Amino acid sequence: MFDGFRNGLGLAMAGKNPWGSPGKGNGGGSGDGDGSGEGPGGGGTPSDGNSDGPRNPWLPGGGSGGKKPGSKPGGRRSASIEDIFKNRGPEGPRRAGGGGGGGFRVPERPGGGSWLPIIIVAIVALWAILSMTHFIQPGEQAVVKTLGSYSRTLEPGVNFSAPYPIETVDVEDTEGVRAVSIPEGSNEKLILTGDQNLVDLSYIVRWRINDLRDFKFQLAEPEETVNEVAEAAMRASVAEKTLDETFTGQGRAEIEQSVRERMQTTLDGYRAGIQVVGVQIEKADPPESVVDAFRDVSVAEQNADQARNQARGYAQQTLARAEGEAEAFDKVYEQYRLAPGVTRQRLYYETMERVLSQTDKTIIETEGVTPYLPLPEIRRRATAQPPQITVEANSSRQGGQ
Amino acid sequence: MENLWNNYRYLIVGLVVVVIGFFMSAYVVNEEEQVVVIRTGEPVYYANRPGSDYPAGVYFRIPIIDTIQRIDKRVLDLELTDEEVLSNDQQRLMVNAYARFRIVNPQTMIERARTTDGVRTALEPILNSALRQELGRRTFQQMLTAERGAALANVRANLDREARQYGAEVIDVQIKRTDLPSGRPLQSAFERMKSDREREARTIRAAGARDARVIRAEADAEAARVYAESFGQDPNFYDFYRAMQSYDETFRKAQEGEGERGDSSIILSPDNEYLRQFRGVR
Repeated sequence: MFDGFRNGLGLAMAGKNPWGSPGKGNGGGSGDGDGSGEGPGGGGTPSDGNSDGPRNPWLPGGGSGGKKPGSKPGGRRSASIEDIFKNRGPEGPRRAGGGGGGGFRVPERPGGGSWLPIIIVAIVALWAILSMTHFIQPGEQAVVKTLGSYSRTLEPGVNFSAPYPIETVDVEDTEGVRAVSIPEGSNEKLILTGDQNLVDLSYIVRWRINDLRDFKFQLAEPEETVNEVAEAAMRASVAEKTLDETFTGQGRAEIEQSVRERMQTTLDGYRAGIQVVGVQIEKADPPESVVDAFRDVSVAEQNADQARNQARGYAQQTLARAEGEAEAFDKVYEQYRLAPGVTRQRLYYETMERVLSQTDKTIIETEGVTPYLPLPEIRRRATAQPPQITVEANSSRQGGQ
Repeated sequence: MENLWNNYRYLIVGLVVVVIGFFMSAYVVNEEEQVVVIRTGEPVYYANRPGSDYPAGVYFRIPIIDTIQRIDKRVLDLELTDEEVLSNDQQRLMVNAYARFRIVNPQTMIERARTTDGVRTALEPILNSALRQELGRRTFQQMLTAERGAALANVRANLDREARQYGAEVIDVQIKRTDLPSGRPLQSAFERMKSDREREARTIRAAGARDARVIRAEADAEAARVYAESFGQDPNFYDFYRAMQSYDETFRKAQEGEGERGDSSIILSPDNEYLRQFRGVR
């Protein structure tokens, strides 16, 4: 659509220009009186014919474009056609191969001379118009320099300027936020913290152009400047924090804030026309070679918690047992106090029953009897065990088969 | 055509001369540069100099006699990379710094340094020594934090004083990076960090162990208190009661799922209290 519009403009200009060019070029004037000029024109046909061959299609176009103003060229051309038929009639068939276009132009060399500038002017005009119209997209701005000197800033929309050498237009995206990741790639970037430790830090700086004029004309290398300023600010800010603070969320937030402010102050000092939108710390890790030691710290914390939990478990258990036992004693004692003697005897006999019923007993009634140890019992137990082993061996063998 | 030439010969020649003359004498001064016109070796006038009355635009000169020199008007940078600086406490530090400057006096600049690169070459050793001097006065710790700003302000002032002689103004000096030199200093820093963490890990574990001990001891003490409170009502009965429990526990058979227990054989004397009735009352 734009092209159509531009072409339309171009054609209009091209059509208009022939007015100027004949007047300027004098070619029209001299061509009329140049009957003798045809001779030399004939001599020049081979070269002209070659160069005019491709240009031929233009002629009707130019003629139609310039119909209104082109009465003069039209008249001239018809005259030239007649001339061809008169003078070169016999040669016509031979020259047919040379192209009708050459035939049209050749006799009137000055007339041809008036076409060349028209075409040049048309091209120049088209190009000029293209360089004069500027479509600034939303979010963009452009600076215009008139003969090198800043003249104005163009806002989004259709804008016009003087053609190229006089005014230059430089379009730049001003609303878009640019993000720079530092360091580039996934390199390790060690930064010294305030307590002389090292932290592996990567961050993103987001910025946009605030004042296009300053951005264009104040800094030799604006983008590199942003990177360097960011790095200086980041290192200055991290150096104010301890290593542990850089790992905490709050410490990071403070660093981000202070980097942003530092950068803005520095860039404003350069009048860079840059607004720092934000700084984000992407990653703050211990250096790779000491990361194990750092992990061990968190493991140690787990271990300590584990030890505490176990101790608490033990405490609960001990207390519960103590309370249980005390409670039980209290209950029994309560009853015991009601009938101390009987209860004591009862407890004694009950316990003895339980104890002695489960054990081998030997009672030595009379004095002087040698104590008799229950040897059969021991032997029985000794013989009972080996069969058990063989049984186990058998079963395991069966299991093996 | 010949008529044209014949009729307008002087006009055409004049035009051509004018056009050639125009292109030889006119020059464009861009917004981002300043121009010095040098006539036979002497700078005669300036365009687009900071604070001058001649802004950017088209100017004319006398062809051939006048030559023009374009100088960047924008903020330029001077980089100092990986300079090893010794701090007051003999620590080594790799410093990357930069200075930002702009040319404010093109005449001086041209006389003393010819080009902006000449200015850079002249300023670099000055920046280097100013930086060393300032940082060398401070300890490693101060270099990093507290007095960094003050040190850089001093460096800037020193550098600016020197830069004025070359027609430049130093806007800012910043330390971009301060690193430990690779190799031993870096390794020892890592070692220190590692041992620091190890210490922390040990401290944490020890604290955990201490807490565990205290918790257990407190529980034991509390249990003792509970026992004492309860059993203290009648120590005599407690002795009996506890003895009964103890016998039960000691002589019982192994329960389900329990390991082997030692078998007990008891040899009783007839005088045993338990057998008092067994003997019959004598």
